[in-house]
Amino acid sequence: MIPEGFSYAVPNTLDDAFTLLKEFGEDAKILAGGHSLIPMMKLRFASPTHLVDINNIPGLSYIKEEGGYLKIGAMTREADLEESALIKKKYHIFMDATKLIADPQVRNFGTVGGNIAHGDAANDHPAVMMALGAEVEISSPSGKRTVSIDEFFFGFYTTAVQHGEILTEIRIPAIGERTGTAYHKLERKVGDYATAGVAVMVQTDASGVCTKAGIGLTNVNPLPLRAKRSEEALVGSRLTEEDIAKAAQFAAEDCNPTDDLRGSEEFKRDMVRVITKRMINKAISRI
Amino acid sequence: MREVRFKINGEEKVVTVESRTLLVHMIREQLSMTGTHIGCDTSSCGACTILIDGKSAKSCTLLAVQANGKEIITVEGLATAEGLHPIQEGFKENHGLHCGFCTPGMMLRAIELLEKNPDPTEEEIRWGISGNLCRCTGYNNIVKAIQYAGAKMRGAELPSTEPEFV
Ligand SMILES: Cc1cc2nc3c(=O)[nH]c(=O)nc-3n(C[C@H](O)[C@H](O)[C@H](O)COP(=O)(O)OP(=O)(O)OC[C@H]3O[C@@H](n4cnc5c(N)ncnc54)[C@H](O)[C@@H]3O)c2cc1C
Ligand code: FES
Ligand code: FES
Repeated sequence: MIPEGFSYAVPNTLDDAFTLLKEFGEDAKILAGGHSLIPMMKLRFASPTHLVDINNIPGLSYIKEEGGYLKIGAMTREADLEESALIKKKYHIFMDATKLIADPQVRNFGTVGGNIAHGDAANDHPAVMMALGAEVEISSPSGKRTVSIDEFFFGFYTTAVQHGEILTEIRIPAIGERTGTAYHKLERKVGDYATAGVAVMVQTDASGVCTKAGIGLTNVNPLPLRAKRSEEALVGSRLTEEDIAKAAQFAAEDCNPTDDLRGSEEFKRDMVRVITKRMINKAISRI
Repeated sequence: MREVRFKINGEEKVVTVESRTLLVHMIREQLSMTGTHIGCDTSSCGACTILIDGKSAKSCTLLAVQANGKEIITVEGLATAEGLHPIQEGFKENHGLHCGFCTPGMMLRAIELLEKNPDPTEEEIRWGISGNLCRCTGYNNIVKAIQYAGAKMRGAELPSTEPEFV
């Protein structure tokens, strides 16, 4: 399978990329890791007439803590996350998630920015970013703007990134004291998209009362989903078995999975319940 | 049409391709190096795995134009005048292949794995080759082949190549 024809440009600066995107108009696409876009082009689900390859633009790949945030450059590869000492030490949720994203070869190329910009509820980073309360930095010739992850996803393959803009950074409030995170997805085999996936972040005060909770769900809703009622059930609670069971039940009720080859709606809801419970417990164990 | 300049197995090349040409097609059809296989053509099986600037990659999911300025290693580049690469020796000594279709991709993936983790556990090897499918061997001898190559590359004592009957 070979994509339809297109013109290819590989700019060396963000400014040049903006100029090209403007010149090529609506039919241009940004090429990051290419591991969602190229398969779609081969299947002819996507046939952009111009590709703007942003791999040669320096300064878009980094993982650092700065000003109270964990900052991840858009072109950071999954493999970079997996191997980062900072991530290994503090951001366990990414160690859980990256291991479950595709396979080592795909992780060598797929970028964190592309994973989110693709706007697919089956991808794993959107739910993780929701649990962590991330913000997305979007750049254009007129400057930079920041969008909360809750306002980022619009529809199937549509996000807040407008034509001519480039997603440049993901910012996550730095994980502080007494905070635990965890992610798991049920998959049929390595490299498969989630049957159901759940990302959890919980924070407690010194007395063990939950002060903050973030729960994101993968592939059980048309858009990546924040499990709001589940979060509310945890905040202010002492995270007893009962509180956790309630939060898990809410997540199962509030998602909207569909019957498909990965399972029936009923099965997926039940998996959301089970995984939510397990991930809350796992996150607590990491506090 | 675009000109792509790159190094493949140590040799400089300039090849003219369409922007939409996949890297695996350029390697197989324009350079006639058919050791890099096409299995699924949908980024799943790993038969098309090569090394690009040292990173294992599925060449059915990269454009040939993305190879510009890069250094590629395919299975044809593994053996030297001195003999087989340790990974090839590992596969040969441990019966790490039956039909051999997955083998070039497996070996190139294993090389990056061993570079990052010279003494991997069985579990790490199995995770490490999780993007490569083999329909013949059942993987056990592939794991042994990679352990053998790891030992050889670290200069450690070579593990037994006697088959295990279980
Ligand atoms: C076999 C296989 C299995 C996979 N399994 C999983 C999985 O289990 N979980 C998972 O989450 N993902 C999975 N993926 C997808 C993979 O993680 C992709 O790499 C990822 O979804 C997209 O990242 P990319 O950098 O490759 O983006 P690309 O494919 O380059 O781009 C994807 C889309 O985002 C746009 N885009 C990319 N970067 C930017 C940017 N900086 N600014 C604006 N727009 C941008 C592109 O224009 C395009 O529309 C799998 C892929 C394969 C091939
Ligand atoms: S042919 Fe490339 S992964 Fe199967
Ligand atoms: S040896 Fe036949 S597919 Fe692996």
